[in-house]
Amino acid sequence: MSYASHESATRISAGTAITAEDIRAGGAKAPEDVARYALQLGDDALMLSQRLGWWIARAPELEEDIALANIALDLLGHARFFLTYAGTAWGRTEDELAYFRDEEEFRSCRLVEQENGDFGQTIARQLIFSYYQYELYRRLVRSTDPTLAAIAEKALKEIEYHQDHAGQWVLRLGLGTEESKRRIAAGLHYMWPYVDELFHDDELVDALGDVAVRPSGLRADFDARIRAILQEAELSVPEVLGAYGGDRSGQFSEQRGHILAEMQVLARQHPGATW
Amino acid sequence: MSENHENTVRPIGAASDEWPLWEVFVRSSRGLSHVHAGSLHAPDATMAVRNARDLYTRRNEGTSVWVVPSEAVTASDPDAKGAYFESAQGKSYRHATYYTKSEGVKHL
Repeated sequence: MSYASHESATRISAGTAITAEDIRAGGAKAPEDVARYALQLGDDALMLSQRLGWWIARAPELEEDIALANIALDLLGHARFFLTYAGTAWGRTEDELAYFRDEEEFRSCRLVEQENGDFGQTIARQLIFSYYQYELYRRLVRSTDPTLAAIAEKALKEIEYHQDHAGQWVLRLGLGTEESKRRIAAGLHYMWPYVDELFHDDELVDALGDVAVRPSGLRADFDARIRAILQEAELSVPEVLGAYGGDRSGQFSEQRGHILAEMQVLARQHPGATW
Repeated sequence: MSENHENTVRPIGAASDEWPLWEVFVRSSRGLSHVHAGSLHAPDATMAVRNARDLYTRRNEGTSVWVVPSEAVTASDPDAKGAYFESAQGKSYRHATYYTKSEGVKHL
């Protein structure tokens, strides 16, 4: 998209495809609270992207390899937006935030950090997270913060595809063979304890008002839509207790360190390297 | 032609271990024809459309995608190429450029 016709106007506006470079060049400085919120959203996308990248060359078929890699790249794009924007508050770049924060400084939810397991387990995580993200982003487009709203608008179309992809696979695994049904059911059972955390309100959200989306407000729509697709796939919502803790306050899963070790090693061994 | 073949959930792994092959046709913009872009594997037509989107329309190429089971394509016999196509050679009168412009004809 060309900006030539409105060069003088702000580069971040509704209806214009945003880029991380726009956010940096735009010069908007995120207020501290907004930056912390953007960091949560960015960390979720970054961790899941890293997790999904593992499937490259390991998926059941080449075509599915590419589908999962595409989704991972979409999420990486979202992470770049949010981390770039968050970084404006602290004078840090997206790379500094991604590669040079330690485990306890990340704010991702535990769901996205969970093991890939088999294809069924990964698809279960995709279903939960893409359905959650869809509810979140379709509301975030009305954020009073124009940068967050623009990011959400760009991301929403991609997330619609992610949930379609996950939904199609849940149907096929659920309605497929006995073995495929067993695996998707086991995957859902494995991931379900980490669902509650997604809908946990915290002080940050209270403070942000109309800038942020209140997570608890997404639950009813999420539940209804998840129930519908699971019913169609002849699966049921797992009846398991939520995992203890989990409010993004620094409590994190044991997997986070492993993810970061792999993600950060190159940047830390060769600081400033470009490729 | 209807492009609405999206209700084709088929159990995977039931028939064979390998997904069937599909031919992909992409229309790059309104008014142009769908052009063969390549082929791919997918468990059913619905997933084939999605895989086609990932494989063949990543750089803004498409406004519409068709997928066709490869086994539904009937092709001309490559060994009979001569009989099929070469008879057109030497028949230059089949091309518009063969004809000279008559005197006095405008706007050609």
